[in-house]
Amino acid sequence: MLVAARPYLAAFSARFQLMLQYRMAALAGFATQCWWGGIRIMVFAAFYGANAAAAPISLADAVTYVWLGQALLALLPWLADPEIGQAVRTGGVGYDRLRPLDAYGYWYARTLGWMLARAAPRAVLMLLAAGIVLPLAGLEAWAWRPPSGLAAALLFAPAFALMTALATAVVMLANIVVAASLNERGVNAVLTPLVIVFSGSLLPLNFYPPALQPWLHLQPFAGLVDIPFRIYFGNLAGDAALQSLALQAGWTLALVGLGRFAMERVMRRLEMQGG
Amino acid sequence: MPQILVEALAKTYRVAERAPGLAGALHGLVRRRWREVHALADVSFSLEAGELLAFIGPNGAGKSTTVKFLSGILRPSSGRVEVAGLVPYEDRIRHVARIGVVFGQRSQLWWDLPVLDGFDLLADIYRVEPARYRERRDELVAMLRLEPLLAQPVRQLSLGQRMRAEFAAALLHDPSILFLDEPTIGLDAPSKLAVRAFVQRLNREHGVTVLLTTHDMHDVEALAERVIVIGQGRLLADRPFTALRSGVLAERRLHIDFAGPAPEIDMPGVTVRSRDQRSLELAFDPADIPTPKLIASIATRHAVEDIHVDEVPIEEVIARFYDLHDAGEA
Repeated sequence: MLVAARPYLAAFSARFQLMLQYRMAALAGFATQCWWGGIRIMVFAAFYGANAAAAPISLADAVTYVWLGQALLALLPWLADPEIGQAVRTGGVGYDRLRPLDAYGYWYARTLGWMLARAAPRAVLMLLAAGIVLPLAGLEAWAWRPPSGLAAALLFAPAFALMTALATAVVMLANIVVAASLNERGVNAVLTPLVIVFSGSLLPLNFYPPALQPWLHLQPFAGLVDIPFRIYFGNLAGDAALQSLALQAGWTLALVGLGRFAMERVMRRLEMQGG
Repeated sequence: MPQILVEALAKTYRVAERAPGLAGALHGLVRRRWREVHALADVSFSLEAGELLAFIGPNGAGKSTTVKFLSGILRPSSGRVEVAGLVPYEDRIRHVARIGVVFGQRSQLWWDLPVLDGFDLLADIYRVEPARYRERRDELVAMLRLEPLLAQPVRQLSLGQRMRAEFAAALLHDPSILFLDEPTIGLDAPSKLAVRAFVQRLNREHGVTVLLTTHDMHDVEALAERVIVIGQGRLLADRPFTALRSGVLAERRLHIDFAGPAPEIDMPGVTVRSRDQRSLELAFDPADIPTPKLIASIATRHAVEDIHVDEVPIEEVIARFYDLHDAGEA
């Protein structure tokens, strides 16, 4: 088992360690995310001040939703993996094809390393700032709160793992489009707004009109933010939480399957220019 | 059973074509015209284990494309490729575990990682057993004199240093077949010599089968017993290196320095290629006039200070060969 996984673990950890070196990027990202987190919380506060009864979740939960979202922002599938784009442009893809590895798994491991390494330092800093410093400063009302209970904490662990796996599967689809089209701008331009709206990153999905909500809950991007975060503060609990986890898992499997199929097709018609 | 077998290999691309200018661009939006490009057509050859074969040909001839089929990166439009019993592009994963590849124009090491970390990562990727890996790595580090470079990130290496590291990277998993696509491109003279000596040693002492493509005729001269010439996607010649030279161009060159002013030479079968005040360069075919006879006849009639015979530089042989087959870059 370990022998089979060895190349993928190595590819993952090499990328993870390399990306972790970018301290300035992490600090800059953290600063930006604090700023936007503050603004989003002020908007929520204004909304709750005007019409708290209309809100589907409490203000405290909304605040936690914002901080959690800011902390894990880099874990969302905003862009295709730049390393893949570069490999496609420089012909490094040829060398990727020379490794005795499952091609999809090899890229998946590297992309996962990239995303986790970008997210980890930002998440830790955000937890310190919004989860510890704010309460100590007497601003509990505006702080990132712990999970609503033991059940919520236990359910959040798989929800977080599935959120990460699902996000990586989405980035893999983008990577494959980059490999097919030799250009990452198009796919990035489409992906970013989709993620902002449909993941619940902008607004929890149960703030949208009730008629849309069943559909919004079923679509794949819900598993990236809305489902795991609502599990965190107990808004999705019991059977609803388990069903949502199944939804995340199902979409992850479906997108991985789609990605594998598409990658096989793209690699079959791969052409290497020059020479 | 040959180790590498290529039969009637062909690759055809469809490329979109359009007339130049705005009108052409607009027309292309509505209706696209396609043209078929034959990157390779009907290429067949075979290679025994332990052989060293050089592929030469002008730019765009299909050399690298052939290497990409053999290594499993691309799949041909038709024809058959078998390497050590496997079809590379059908059985890619099993196939690539047994071959090593160096592309002179690309890097397989990680730009930001120290050389040694890159080697470690490749050992993991190829699942090389740790003790075996250390032994193999130390052997390659010694052969390629990599010791002082191991801690440096790849991006800080010179091209020559990087190429040595690339060779080690391609061989850590101990492949029995090595594909080299223009391995000496851009290297300075000492680095080229080092690469050639290393490839020769791998082939002779370790029995590694080597197939290399190159534009550097000195590579061919130094390394290959057998040469395949390829032009416009077709195989033009497959023969021993010496036969290629004598078949295309038997011509020899005679350089003479005279004690006095260079005389006029008028002999049948001999042409004057260039003259200086006191020296001449003559071209002749030894079949028409044997070399000793020509030298003797000149030396008896004129006061000669120095004399030496050259073969036609291999670059010229090849250029002549491409001309004969109308195979220059399209």
